[in-house]
Order: sequence, then structure tokens, then C-alpha cells
Amino acid sequence: MIEATLTATAKVVEPTIFDLSSPGRVGVSFPEPDVPRTELPKSMLRADLPLPELAEVDVVRHYMHLSKFNYSVDGGYYPLGSCTMKYNPKIDEDTCRLPGFLHTHPLQPIETVQGNLALMYQLQEWLKEISGFSAVTLQPAAGAHGEFTGVLIMRAYHKSRGDVKRTKMLIPDSAHGTNPASSGMIGLQIVQIPSDARGNVDLKALKEHCDDTVVGMMLTNPNTLGLFDENIEEVIKLVHDCGGLMYGDGANLNALLGIVKPGDIGFDVMHFNLHKTFAVPHGGGGPGSGPVGVAAHLADFLPEPLVGILEEGDDETPPLFGFVKPAKSIGRMKAFHGHFGGGHVRAFTYIAMHGPDGLKDISQYAVLNANYLLARLRNTYHVPFDRICMHEFVAEGQFAGSDVRALDIAKRLMDYNFHPPTNYFPLIVHEALMIEPTETENKDTLDAFADALIKIADEAKTKPELLHNAPSTTQFGRMDEVKAARDLVLCCWLPEDYGDQ
Amino acid sequence: MNTPATLKYTKSDEWFDASSGAMGLTDYAQSQLSDIVFVEILVDVGDTVETGSPIASVESVKASAEIYASAGGKVTAVNKDLSNKPETLNSDPYGAGWMVKIEGGQTSDVMDAAAYETYCAGRTH
Repeated sequence: MIEATLTATAKVVEPTIFDLSSPGRVGVSFPEPDVPRTELPKSMLRADLPLPELAEVDVVRHYMHLSKFNYSVDGGYYPLGSCTMKYNPKIDEDTCRLPGFLHTHPLQPIETVQGNLALMYQLQEWLKEISGFSAVTLQPAAGAHGEFTGVLIMRAYHKSRGDVKRTKMLIPDSAHGTNPASSGMIGLQIVQIPSDARGNVDLKALKEHCDDTVVGMMLTNPNTLGLFDENIEEVIKLVHDCGGLMYGDGANLNALLGIVKPGDIGFDVMHFNLHKTFAVPHGGGGPGSGPVGVAAHLADFLPEPLVGILEEGDDETPPLFGFVKPAKSIGRMKAFHGHFGGGHVRAFTYIAMHGPDGLKDISQYAVLNANYLLARLRNTYHVPFDRICMHEFVAEGQFAGSDVRALDIAKRLMDYNFHPPTNYFPLIVHEALMIEPTETENKDTLDAFADALIKIADEAKTKPELLHNAPSTTQFGRMDEVKAARDLVLCCWLPEDYGDQ
Repeated sequence: MNTPATLKYTKSDEWFDASSGAMGLTDYAQSQLSDIVFVEILVDVGDTVETGSPIASVESVKASAEIYASAGGKVTAVNKDLSNKPETLNSDPYGAGWMVKIEGGQTSDVMDAAAYETYCAGRTH
């Protein structure tokens, strides 16, 4: 077992790149031109352009220093619940940089990008197989964009049937905030459905709201408590019986690969988070990617274009891939075809590398790791909905008779060189600490993390000031979150702000 | 926890003062939200609000929350100072932190102070 130890780091504050600037320094020297110089028109020249002036090595070192302040999944354990911050295999970096993918343009004639289209087609097919849906669009840029796409499809479906009085979206109180936001952007009325004592959707409350004004329900399953809804079939039936559609938020699909197909149990629409489940980087390192899968009755409404087969192939000739438009398409959701290199190629690589059995292993290890941590921590931290969890669980970061809060525990974890778990979400748990280990961590890492949390619980009783003042070993101490939120500086840096620099 | 006996309370943590028609966010709610950093009042003078309809949106460093009308009636005043000083909701939730005043003041499904305190005590696991 690895003993959690505190790390001591020298406190050096890196100057801004403007502070490092010195007039006349340049990064690149150009050779003398072999054509005559042409003066630019005076009207198009600005009087001054206060950009920093540095040599290349100074720029590289500046950003290298800054990058060392960062905590990344390549640098340490990152149990950020609801985010699935799994380690992304480096082979993805190779495949998305293959010249055939890297140097293509979305406006090229389709005959010249058949490999790209074949990859996108196959990814659509794999996502259909994984999820149990009939059709998939790869267009949406990220999860919430996928939600927006899915809800537009739901509305278009009702409208196409002349069913225009449906204006309500049912959303559980354990939902991601993006669910009400996506529905709200479309102008739907949000109705919040409470959870019951076991963390499931409260069936009684759901029944009360199921009527002929319901567009549908947006449900994350497993939900943000990391719990699989024990009444999922009943929930879906209630929504379907009143004519509503069932939206699945695929944020937590990492628990279900090769085990449950959401399409098979009655979901009508779902978005995938390729940047969570399928090893596409996210969290500032994006871009994300949020494909949407739909059941057969919604396939005609998908955004255009989809990748399809224009001419079937045979034993000697491959098929001709191209773009097809669904009959009642809601239109384009994004310029071009989604995040191809950043999202599709990486996800394709990841799925191809693991295969069907490997994908199932991923989910089983993700669930096993979460349950191992839950078992090690439940006697130290109160877990309000304590039953077998899926890929994550939510504990309370508070102790009876102590003024230590979840935020203090999260900050103290940084002193033990761990990224804190998600805190204060979901809102239905007081002082929530939401822990998602993912499948990529070994037992030694999980034990070191559990040891640190248990030690911190002891410190909360014996030396609470260590927690209130944490972190003390990081580059910067406790940030003033209130000031950061109240005194917003929203404007960009304009050249005039730099005067004669 | 401060729970003035003269006020009525909702399950969604708003208070209502029947004598002045004022309503706002309870002390329990502000302590749960912690430092409030943003307030937007969603109704104007002259609007009619129904019990349970949204009157304001608040954000703290921990969470964002909708505030619902604790009584129904016609809006006679809104507290415009709150958007510049959201911290008032933390320091004086029942006084300077009032959000909206109404006339009419039809309430339904509200609790007295003792019932609200019992209700809140049952929510901290």
C-alpha cells in the first residue's frame, strides 16, 4: 500500500508574458526575400500593436512553467465525478495525426476523403450497436449540444404528428444542469421530478405530471448519484403511456458498455459523450463530441447530413460513402461534420482497440473500482443513498459537530497530490463529494486515495485548521471564490489597455 | 438558524410576510447556498405572480437556484438593490434581502415558523 505523503513545492510566481517582453526581441528570423518588398497601404497599418516581444526559448519556457502549475490526468489521479476523467491512451494521439486524417478539409470532394467517411460511417454503426439505437448523428459538438439536438428532434416529432400542445419536459432533481438548460433554450417548461428515498425517480410524483402536455423526460441512468434506477422500465412506461418520449443523457454510459443498451430498454433518444466514455480528452483540453442516437421512429428527424453509403460495393469494389439527408431533418446543428479528428478518430480508435469484450471490461472495472472505494470509505464518510453503486458514488463531506465542509476536504486532498472529486453536486446531497474513479486506476492508486480521505477525516477532528487553510503545499493557496464570482472582469485584453508597452 | 415567528414559509425555502406583502429567501436557504454572488429578479412592478411561479434566480459559489413566489398577487415593488449587493441575502435575508412585495397575498401550502424549523431539521441527514 502506498502511504499518502505531502509534497512540498517551491512557491514561484510566473510573470505574465507581457512582463517578460523586451522591445526588439524576436522569435523567428526570416531570410532576405528573393522578391521585391511591397509596402502595405498606410490606411491598413495600425500605429502600435503592443504584442509581447520574446525569443522562442522564452516563450517555450514560459508556457512550460505554466503547464507545470496544472494538474492533469497524465500527472495524477482525477476522480472528478460525473466527468469520467479516464486516462486516454496515447495511441489516439497517433491515429488522429495520421496524414490522411490530419490534412483533409471538410469541403474536399467525397471521392478524395473516402477513408474519413468510412471511419465516420463505421463509428455511427458501432455507436448504434453499443446503444441499441437505429440511427446516429456525429454532428453535435459536445454533450449539451447533443441534448439540444435531441430535444429539437423530440419537439419536431410531436409537431410532425400535429401534437402541438406538448410543452413540458420532465427532469429529475438529480439531473445534470445542462438538461433543464437545453430544454429551456428551446422554450420548454421544466418540471422537476423528485427522487425517492433510494435515489430512484419518485414514481408517484412522476405519475402526477404525466399528461398530454409532456414532450418527454430527460433521464440520466445511472443517475448522478451513481445509481441505476431500479424502476427504469416503469419510468419509461409512464412517460410513453402519456405520449412522451424518453431522452437518455449518456453522460454515464461508462457504466453500461456491453451490459445495457439504452435503446433496447425503451429510450427514444440519447447523446453520447465521446469525451467521457470513449477516451476523447475534455475539461479544457477538448473539443468534446456529443453524437446523438435515436430509435427508428425518430430517425427521419436527425440533423443533416449523415454519412451514408451512396453506392453499394461488392467483393472487388468498396462502397462509395457520401452524405445523406434524413427525410424530415431538423437541419444542420454545426458547420461541417462535428469534431472529426479530435472526437471521431479518437473514439473510433478506442472502440476498435478494445472490441466488444474489452468495452464490457471497461464498464465492469469502472463499476468495481467505484464499489471498492465506496466499501473503503462508507464507514468514514456518510453515504446518503448507500447501495451497490455503478461507476461513481456520492458521499457527504461533513461530520457531526464539526465546521469542516466538503470544500475544505476537497482543498485538503490537493495537499495529498490528488485532484479533488466533484463537490456540491448533485444538489440533493448535502456537502456532496462525488467520486468517480474510472476503470483506468489500479488498486494501489485507489488505496492511496482512500487512505488520504480517511486521514483527512481524522484531521477534521484533530486539526481542522489544516483543512480550513488548505491547500498549503500547492503553488497557490486557497482561492477567493466569492471575489472571483462577484468581481467579474469579463472584457478581453484590448491593445489600448497596454498603452505604450 | 433564524426563523421569525411572524412569517410564513414554503417547502422550497421562501418566506412571506402577510403584513407587508414582502417575500424572499429564508435564512436556512442562504446558509445552505453559502456566499451568494448573483441575483436576478425575474418580475416587474405590475406583474401578477402565482404561488410557485419563479420570481428570482440566485447563484452562489456552490449552486444556482430559482426562487418561487411564496404567495400570489400583484407585484407592487421589487428590490433593485439586490443585483448590486447580492451578499445582502446572506447578511439580512428577512430585512434588506426582501425580493418582491405584492398586494393580495393569497397563500397556500405554507408553514408557520415552528413547522418550518421541524421541516428543515428533518432535511439535514
